[in-house]
Amino acid sequence: MQYRISFPHMGKYYIPIKKAMEAFVGNYGEVILPPPITKRTIELGALHSPDFVCVPFKYTLGNFIEALENGANVLFQIAGDCRLGFYSEVQEQILQDLDFDFTFHMMELNGKNAKGLYEVFKAMNPELTLPKVVSTLAVVVRIVYAMDGIEKYIRQNIGFEVEKGGFERIEKQFLAEIATAETMPQAGRIFKKYLKKLKTVALNKPAKPLRVGVVGELYVLMEPFSNYFIEKELAKFGIEVERFITASYLIFSTQHNVKKILKQADGYVSYEIGADGTDSVAKSVVMAKKGYDGIIHLKPFGCTPEVNSIPMVNKISEDFEIPVLYFSFDAQTSETGVKTRLEAFYDMLEMKKRGRAL
Amino acid sequence: MKAYLGVDIGSISTKGVIIDGDNRIIANEYLWTEGNPIAAVKGVVESLQKQIAPEVQVMAVGTTGSARKLIGVVLNAQIVKNEITTHAIGTMSRVPDVRTILEIGGQDSKIILLRNGIVTDYAMNTICAAGTGSFLMSQAKRLGLAIEELGEMALQSENPTRIAARCTVFAESDLVHKAQIGHKKEDIVAGICTAVVNNYLNNVGKGKRILAPIVFQGGVSKNVGVVRAFEQILGHEIYVDEFGHLMGCLGAAVLAKNSGVEQLFDFNIQEVDFVTKGRECELCSNNCEIIYIYRNNEVLDAWGNRCERGLSA
Repeated sequence: MQYRISFPHMGKYYIPIKKAMEAFVGNYGEVILPPPITKRTIELGALHSPDFVCVPFKYTLGNFIEALENGANVLFQIAGDCRLGFYSEVQEQILQDLDFDFTFHMMELNGKNAKGLYEVFKAMNPELTLPKVVSTLAVVVRIVYAMDGIEKYIRQNIGFEVEKGGFERIEKQFLAEIATAETMPQAGRIFKKYLKKLKTVALNKPAKPLRVGVVGELYVLMEPFSNYFIEKELAKFGIEVERFITASYLIFSTQHNVKKILKQADGYVSYEIGADGTDSVAKSVVMAKKGYDGIIHLKPFGCTPEVNSIPMVNKISEDFEIPVLYFSFDAQTSETGVKTRLEAFYDMLEMKKRGRAL
Repeated sequence: MKAYLGVDIGSISTKGVIIDGDNRIIANEYLWTEGNPIAAVKGVVESLQKQIAPEVQVMAVGTTGSARKLIGVVLNAQIVKNEITTHAIGTMSRVPDVRTILEIGGQDSKIILLRNGIVTDYAMNTICAAGTGSFLMSQAKRLGLAIEELGEMALQSENPTRIAARCTVFAESDLVHKAQIGHKKEDIVAGICTAVVNNYLNNVGKGKRILAPIVFQGGVSKNVGVVRAFEQILGHEIYVDEFGHLMGCLGAAVLAKNSGVEQLFDFNIQEVDFVTKGRECELCSNNCEIIYIYRNNEVLDAWGNRCERGLSA
């Protein structure tokens, strides 16, 4: 049988994941990407999900359904420390009840699981070797770092383009080219080439622009559709955006370490509060100390680790006099409501900066 | 004389003011939106025109409220601004040293904190309508009272009934139960007012440092029972402005004035035919709902598309 592998979307990370899975499955299958997330994706996902489950469950379930409709028969989902830990089992059951025919795999979200990957794919591709898995992962990790590096530069500067659209055009070319990288040095060269290209884009950036950091739950931070393209909206106001939570940070970075995170949190939290909650506190402290103008805290409605982080983030806001805007997202969040609050937040930061009313 | 127009088009009501160069209100109007913002604005503008002297020239327009974008196009406004900012600006023009603005409207509520004349923090209710005017409205109906009677009746109570404030559903079942076991009507009404305040403080007001001077506005500020509950719980005097319902449009007018862009406003919009048409784009499964606005059959503007393709189709 031909394996047709699929997995949920999250930002642009389908590029490295697709690359890895294609290499792993070899001649025994192919990767079927779910269609890009649209309103239909979240409607399908919400329709078949428990009402009160957090919204990434609904998005990823919608991805699975749309992938299965396009012929996928092997699905991958990640695991985690919060409700994400039960996504796989519940989604598998729901999709079975919908009479789809597929096999389902749950993978740990960490960078050290080469052996686990090898075993899963060996069952599909008898020619697969462990060294092949390891060498593929090495390139893929480099690609993820390259993507995150490029995106970081874009986030910080896209709000100040003299001519709109330059960054987006270069990013598109970059993504197309980085997908073709076969070795680590090649990926590194592509990264450098495009970072240089980005730096030639003319900017009209003040010496001290408004700087806003986004913290919160990983999925709504990294999947722009689920946060109503909040980073793009902030850029429209001419704001420099910072975000620490990226795939390279979460999966591969040695900085993503409880001890280091708690140290950054500097007494605002002294023990882990689950999933990314601890990091939301720590990164808020980091940005407050660096003199950022504001923090935006994003979470799926009902996300327990992030609810845990809110009292500490509130305290940081008070101590450092840094405003925090909170958003809870669900499947039916009103886009207008998000835009209204963002505009008011921007007005407030602008007033604070000027030291007088508009 | 130069003057400036501000309009606040909410889901329930449409408010308008004309101010002079010193931010003094020289004309004001308040009408129900009734699901037709364009008609409501025409009504407001017509009434405002009747209130001003012929030599008054409106030189700039600001819009706010949930239909601000649509009406901004209709009135060719210089300023189209969110309601949080306009409420802060409007209130400051009346009470310059205000440090906390509490606002409870028909369907939403917000809190705005100001220090030294600038907004430093705000919150808006995000999830539920508990503790807003519509809750008071439905409970008044259940008790067979007019919404305007609630406040005075609450003041008569000496022993407010304790009513769950967390959620409208629980509050309502609590209220039914308390009524059936014999609590007096005025005690229940006072209990509802307290519940609204507790709900507000536990939701939008959570974690916010509420410092005096405190201004309370929005439709619910007309309810003296809620005002008293706020005073008792916060331990501060609460200031309710007679123009409290006009702060949004006042702020929009002030911002229009400060914009520095001037263009004589043509009151003659009554005869202009504004029509909106909605269309669902079918180019992808986002199915964006695109709104076109026409002035005398000519497309003025369109929005709602997520990508450029939407408008070309």
